[in-house]
Amino acid sequence: MKRLARASFNSAINLAFFSLLGTAILAFTFFQTHDIITKTEEGEKLKLIQQLLPTELFDNDIIQDKVAVPVDALLGNDDATTAYRARLQGQPSAVILEAIAPDGYSGKIALILAIRANGEVAGVRVVSHKETPGLGDYIELPKSETKWILGFNGKSHAVWTEAEWKVKKDGGQFDYMAGATITPRAVVKAVHKALLYFEANRETLFAETVKTTQKEAKK
Amino acid sequence: MNLQEFKEILSNGVWKQNTGVVQLLGMCPLLAVSSSVVNGVSLGLATAVVMALSGAALSPIRSFIPNEIRIPVFILIIAVLVTVVQYLMNAYMYALYMVLGIFIPLIVTNCIVLARIEAFASKNPVASSAVDGLAMGLGLTLVLAILGGIREIIGKGTLFSGLDLALGEVAKDWVLHVIPNYKGFLLAILPPGAFIGLGCLIAGKNWLNLRKEQKAKQANFTAAQAA
Repeated sequence: MKRLARASFNSAINLAFFSLLGTAILAFTFFQTHDIITKTEEGEKLKLIQQLLPTELFDNDIIQDKVAVPVDALLGNDDATTAYRARLQGQPSAVILEAIAPDGYSGKIALILAIRANGEVAGVRVVSHKETPGLGDYIELPKSETKWILGFNGKSHAVWTEAEWKVKKDGGQFDYMAGATITPRAVVKAVHKALLYFEANRETLFAETVKTTQKEAKK
Repeated sequence: MNLQEFKEILSNGVWKQNTGVVQLLGMCPLLAVSSSVVNGVSLGLATAVVMALSGAALSPIRSFIPNEIRIPVFILIIAVLVTVVQYLMNAYMYALYMVLGIFIPLIVTNCIVLARIEAFASKNPVASSAVDGLAMGLGLTLVLAILGGIREIIGKGTLFSGLDLALGEVAKDWVLHVIPNYKGFLLAILPPGAFIGLGCLIAGKNWLNLRKEQKAKQANFTAAQAA
């Protein structure tokens, strides 16, 4: 009995040692790569914005003209995100919003949208997702022959009814690929909700200074 | 490790004990990512790196690990290495990281990594273990490349699509449209295509082995007759 207890204790110590060592290595790598990863991701975001918005739509320094967007059920964000405002000769022309589709096939799909001041989508792109490669990943522009994600361009929430803001399989207007319906369904829903959010919060989004407290109300 | 041993480990890993078509281990990523050559090769290489590293990391400490808890320790070390590789790829190979997405963490669950540590690295010196891991990984990469190629051609009519995601914009024009104006054949891209393709590969490997055996037999027979 005593020997058994001793052996277990030894094993536990051993395992604890390796866990600690592993955690230390991971923590070290994390801190070493964290800044670079954030920087790359920010850089990618900037490139995305330039893809989303035609350059003639804005003349301001869009990266500096940002506003915090609080948590909102319509956007699906867990933390406050940043919205970038595009202005043309001082007039608001578009806003770049982040939205999350929580119900992808394998987890969340992060989207970035450019919405013109008149409520039309200027462009949508997928920032990150974990959908099945070769199947659900046609929501990414470079991986889709039909350029599926461009189907949102020029659409405002008012052009169709609620029932039409769905994939064709559900009686809506959007194409989908057989075998991968859940992914586009999630994206369509998220885009629609983001447009509703824009409609409801247009003033605050474009305001010079934003009072974040007044938008706590959730739907 | 001498040259003879090196050659043997290499041929074992890549051909004789190929993880994909002989040992049939690590089916999960094999079937999931082999929808195109680029995906398959990228994940195969990432797995090879992890296997070489884990072999090299475990071999020197193998005598310190108590026998009863060796499996949790092995898994722990594999998981740490995979996560480190994931961080590094995220930081320095962002485009490729985006392509492989969810499948990098899945390398941990790939039983071939654990199997080689248990069967080889825990009994052999550092250099051999590293080479064994790398050879096994390369064998897996080979299968992933061939299977990915077959599925991509049949499913989409292209070869090397998505290469620009791994190598940058330059590679955008390197995509081969093997069959022009191809409508696509979804079955090959979907999981069943992976099973069917893998089945064909295993059959092909067995056929090659059998033919070699028969040739050897025939040679023996004629040699015996001549004598």
